[in-house]
Amino acid sequence: MKYVLLNYTKAEASGERLAGEIDPRIAAVLERPAVSGFVRLLPAESATTLSLESRKLLMTDGPFVDSKEFLAGLILVEADDLDGALAIAAELQELDLTAAIEVRPVLEQELGGA
Amino acid sequence: MLEEVFRDQWGRVLATLVGLLGDIELAEEAAQEAFATAAERWPREGAPANPTGWLITTARNRAIDRIRRERTLAAKTARLERELRDRAEETMETTPFPDERLELIFTCCHPALAPEAQVGLTLRTLGGLSTAEIARAFLVPFETMSKRLTRAKHKIRDAAIPFAVPPDHLLPERLEAVLAVLYLIFNEGWGGGRVDLSAEAIRLGRSLVELMPDEAEAHALLALMLIDDGRRAARLRGGELVLFDDQDRSLWDEGQIAEGRAHVGRALALRGDGAYTIQAVIADLHLREPRDWAEIALLYERLERITGSPVVTMNRAVAVAELEGPAAGLAVLEALDLDDYRYLHSTRADLLRRLGRREEARAAYARALELSAPGPERRFLERRLAEVSQGAGQDG
Repeated sequence: MKYVLLNYTKAEASGERLAGEIDPRIAAVLERPAVSGFVRLLPAESATTLSLESRKLLMTDGPFVDSKEFLAGLILVEADDLDGALAIAAELQELDLTAAIEVRPVLEQELGGA
Repeated sequence: MLEEVFRDQWGRVLATLVGLLGDIELAEEAAQEAFATAAERWPREGAPANPTGWLITTARNRAIDRIRRERTLAAKTARLERELRDRAEETMETTPFPDERLELIFTCCHPALAPEAQVGLTLRTLGGLSTAEIARAFLVPFETMSKRLTRAKHKIRDAAIPFAVPPDHLLPERLEAVLAVLYLIFNEGWGGGRVDLSAEAIRLGRSLVELMPDEAEAHALLALMLIDDGRRAARLRGGELVLFDDQDRSLWDEGQIAEGRAHVGRALALRGDGAYTIQAVIADLHLREPRDWAEIALLYERLERITGSPVVTMNRAVAVAELEGPAAGLAVLEALDLDDYRYLHSTRADLLRRLGRREEARAAYARALELSAPGPERRFLERRLAEVSQGAGQDG
């Protein structure tokens, strides 16, 4: 099974930290064999959101959901079952660097462009 | 009679089918078909020598038929056909099927499911209660319960919640979740006077002890439920609440209480020292005359350290009041922040009443009443409020 870990970070975490080196403790987890890939995102203020308002394309500055926490990265995990994915997520969350991690199963198909 | 057999068999049959088919919904449908066939045939032709084996085999064959019809599930068919071929030599009646109820319990009580879904699913899959029965027991509309169960089954499938007994490093935490679900079912039965649920929780508790005979806390939970439930008949008289000290002990179910005590003994022999073990020992101590309030207070203190629960502190206050007087009990209560908990107010009211502080007692009874649903407890509080109100006038 493939799972994606959606890492949410507190907004006050600075862009610099996010853009810089990966925290070595996180890097250690990312090297686990179960981790098959990850992407890091720039802070939410760099986001642009497109939506349709009465059939007209509307472009707004900022993320779709405006909250104190924002999506900072996605980690792709391969595990036998949910407990396997939760174990990796728990390891990351216990570092106390993320606000929360959402674990979602991925529809079984090849990753686009991979 | 047949219904009784079916209730006993349901969890066992369903668990094996889930293990075989890897899908709770499919297993449930197949099991239902097999039980329907049995209900039609057994009274006519007599029950088979091995009812469990018969039900599992019949259900499995129904599932294979269904899967064959649905070609998209080709992979599963291959697996089942292999299984079927391997077992072809064995006769239907003697086919040994593994008991996988424990795996199913841990799936249903996985913390990734919402607590109310864990409770509903456990009652459905292991208890064999129908969705309508569960909905009635929890006072929610049928559609709400049905959606809740379907959503949970889909999450188990889509997120691949494991069908397995957790590995050692996860076991204590996961077992705690299972015990919490059973105790929740039990207490739902107590509070609302919905008798079926306490009986169901005890039934599930017995299965758990049978499946995990070396787990002290499983024995302790069963003991706690048996002892509490053994006093049920004495708890109400003519529909009215009877306080513990006024209960007619001849109404206690001595057999059930003795069984409970045996499980307390087992839990202690297994060196149990968890929250359920302590609660079971306390429940046992409460039934002994004279009551050892010092020991009870001490045990509540230990329980407080484990759970950090203000409700436990409240119970300790009651023991302290018996030991050192109502003022000492009240002092323990004053530190608690439990304004929405009706028993805090009724306990406080009782201690204030005993101290002759009637005005304060009246206010506390009034607050407890605000938080109580109609029923015996509410009527009891109303009687007490009327008593202290009369007295308050005389004080005045």
